Amino acid sequence: MLELKAVDAGYGATTILHSVSLNVQAGESVTIIGGNGAGKTTTLRTIIGLLRPTAGTIHFEGQDISRLSAHEVVELGITLVPEGRQLFPDMTVRENLYMGAFRRDARSQAEKTLKEVLELFPRVAERLDQQAESLSGGEQQMVAIARGLMARPRLLMFDEPSLGLAPIIVEQVFSVIDSIVKTGVTVLIVEQNVHHTLNAADRGYVLENGEVVLEDAAQALLTNDHVRQAYLGI
Amino acid sequence: METFLQVVTNGLMLGGLFAIVSVGLTLIFGIVKVINFAHGEYLMIGMYLTFLLATGLDVHPYLTVAAVAPLLFVLGALTQRFLIQPLMHARDEHVQIFATVGLSTALMNLALLVFGADIASTPASGLRTSLHIGPVRILAGQAVIFCVSIALVVGLHYYLQRTQTGRAIRAVAQNRDAAQLMGINVNWIYVLTFGIGAACVGLAASLVAPLYPTQPTSGTYFVLIAFVVVVLGGLGSIGGAFVGAMIIGLIDSLSGFYIGSDLREVAVFGVFLLILILKPSGLFGRRSLAHVSP
Repeated sequence: MLELKAVDAGYGATTILHSVSLNVQAGESVTIIGGNGAGKTTTLRTIIGLLRPTAGTIHFEGQDISRLSAHEVVELGITLVPEGRQLFPDMTVRENLYMGAFRRDARSQAEKTLKEVLELFPRVAERLDQQAESLSGGEQQMVAIARGLMARPRLLMFDEPSLGLAPIIVEQVFSVIDSIVKTGVTVLIVEQNVHHTLNAADRGYVLENGEVVLEDAAQALLTNDHVRQAYLGI
Repeated sequence: METFLQVVTNGLMLGGLFAIVSVGLTLIFGIVKVINFAHGEYLMIGMYLTFLLATGLDVHPYLTVAAVAPLLFVLGALTQRFLIQPLMHARDEHVQIFATVGLSTALMNLALLVFGADIASTPASGLRTSLHIGPVRILAGQAVIFCVSIALVVGLHYYLQRTQTGRAIRAVAQNRDAAQLMGINVNWIYVLTFGIGAACVGLAASLVAPLYPTQPTSGTYFVLIAFVVVVLGGLGSIGGAFVGAMIIGLIDSLSGFYIGSDLREVAVFGVFLLILILKPSGLFGRRSLAHVSP
């Protein structure tokens, strides 16, 4: 479904990703783990088109999307739930959710999608008419995920969904992601919370200094010596 | 009492004039985050277009809006696409401001070249006749400007709140990256917004031209007040610009009558500074100025 081949990317003259190759098959949930500054966020921003790869190619469902802008990639069916929520602060929760359904394929079904999404997020349903910035961090993260689902994406990407949240909220976020995976949406998650994300995913890639150093089934990575030492502290 | 009512009415009418000139400026600043120093020259060009069309086709100046507003839309959209957008990724965002200052000077001198320094008088077409409303008198043209300025503010508010494109415009203003992640073409939204802001001042031009003389420097007179109004109301706030315009109009009129007409500007700028000291983000600015500018 998604395939990166030898992708280099970065900011200005600084190259962050060095020849990153990875793929995501339809229906899979895949995770990219790695420490701070390993290039996880850069990978997602490059896929979605906020950054242009300086070398290599990115294909989505057979189409070369390496040179497309973010709004064009979103139209094709990839959605990114960005790090730090990135809600529209002066809009209500309802308006934020409808913005999620901006892309053409989602717009006509927005009402229907909203009903489905709110069943998954009862707390968000109670907050529909509040300003987004008045919500707590955990609630904002739920709105950000719900907004991502409003796009009816074929591939949904999460950037650090548990960052900065209280442990109990982290549990909730991962249980929501679990139920999204079960509905058959293809998912790519980037996380520092390695334990949770490997339990939620089918396969994983380990990114270090902008290079893929390991790839394996998620369960195998959980027992991998390097992963256990470097990321699980065992 | 009657005099006081008349002075207040004059202030409100002046406020309507300031509001209609300022709305486009605050819209462009609020969304595109560019301070357009060529805004006054847009007005001046709009006034010349009104003059040329009204005299050339021998039609009522108001009818020229149908052509002037779309032409200004195109001018604004072209400015964004070919002047501002290439500078979006410049190392320093002040480069964009200098570009609009350059555009301002270029347009003013272009007007001087084409039209000369003489005053172009658009036919008043009855708009300078006085209407008697109760105890006060208002020029017909001023009353129209006042009403249209309200309609424009309400209309823009409705457009931004209720339409799909309007919501997309607000989304871009609030979080540019997130807006792209929703599938919004941010560059197109910027071009559209610059166009709408310029079309607003085109509308203003067709209403202002029958009442005020048109010359290459016409824009500079209005644009200084427009900047005061926009900053006072809170940069980017359309409702704020309207209220700011009314306040400036009232102070201008009241101080001109009760203190002395040569001290009007002292009063206007004195109150302006006072409000900014007390509330640096302006009356309706949601955040501090440092936060608004990117």
